[in-house]
Amino acid sequence: MNVLELQRKLIAAARAKQPSDHVPYAFEQRIMARLTGRPAHDPWGFWGRALARAAVMCVAVMLVMTGVALYQPATNQETLSQDVEQTLFAAVDNPAADQVGDTP
Amino acid sequence: MLLPYLPQHMELTDAELIAAVLKGDAASFEPLIRKYSPRVFATARRYARRESEVEDIAQEVWLKSFQKLGSFRGDAPFEHWLMRLTVRTCYDFLRGHKRNRETAFSELTDPEDDWLDRFVAQPSDASENADAAKQLIERVLEQLSPPARLVITLLEIEDRSVKEIAELTGWSVPLVKVRAFRARAEMKKCLAKLAKDKYL
Repeated sequence: MNVLELQRKLIAAARAKQPSDHVPYAFEQRIMARLTGRPAHDPWGFWGRALARAAVMCVAVMLVMTGVALYQPATNQETLSQDVEQTLFAAVDNPAADQVGDTP
Repeated sequence: MLLPYLPQHMELTDAELIAAVLKGDAASFEPLIRKYSPRVFATARRYARRESEVEDIAQEVWLKSFQKLGSFRGDAPFEHWLMRLTVRTCYDFLRGHKRNRETAFSELTDPEDDWLDRFVAQPSDASENADAAKQLIERVLEQLSPPARLVITLLEIEDRSVKEIAELTGWSVPLVKVRAFRARAEMKKCLAKLAKDKYL
C-alpha cells in the first residue's frame, strides 16, 4: 500500500469535510446564567478558606493528642516527670557525685 | 411614528461591548457569545466527536474568555484572541481525553474496509469525498498524540502557516516546525500500522 498517497487522500478527505458551526439552542443563555450566577471574585476568599481548613486540622490534631495524653498509662507520666526532676536535681541531691575523682 | 424595536446591543462594536463588560455590565457579553459561538463550535468539532464534548469545550472557552477579558488588549480583533483561547482549550481537551489508541483500527466499518480495498486495488478509484474516507481520517487523527493531532489539523487540514499556528498555540516557530515534522512521521507510522493490521 502506498502510505504517502493514502495520507494525501485522507488529508484531502478531511479538508473536504467542513465541521458544522451549529450552536445548540439557547446556548448563550446557559452561558450567561452560569456567568451571572457565579459569586463575585473575592481575593480574601482563598486565604479565608485555607485558614479555616487549617484551623479544623489543628483542632483535630489537638483532640487526638488530648485523647492520647488522657488514655496513656499513668505510670509513664510519673516516670517522665520523675526523670525530669531527677535530672534537674541530680547535682543537688547527690553532691558527693561531683567530688568523685577530685582526690588530691 | 413608532420606532421599530431594536435590541439594546444591536449596533455596538466588539470593543464597546468588551468595555461595557469590563465596567461591570455582564449582559453585554451575550451578543459576543451569540456572534462568535458558531466559530467556536466549528473549531471544537474538529477535535471532539461527541456533541456533549463539543459543548463542554465551547462552554469552557466562553467561561475562560469572560474571566480573562481583562487581558484582552484590543490591539487585534477580539475574534483572533478568542480563537487563540479556543485552540488552546481544544488542545487541553485533547491532552485530558487521551483515548485508547490501540484498539481504534480493530473495528473498521464495512464502508471503511471497502474504501481501503478500493484504494489498494486502484488508488484513483477511492474518492476523497467519500464518507468512508472522512470517517477513516477521523479514526487516524484520534490515534495521534495531542500535539500531532493539533499540528496536522491546523497545518494540513486548515492549511494555516507555521507563523499562524505559533500565534494560535503559543508555541515558538521552531517548536511548531519540530512538532509538524514529528506529526507527519507519527501519521505515516499510524497509516503503516493501519495497512499492517488490515493486510498482514
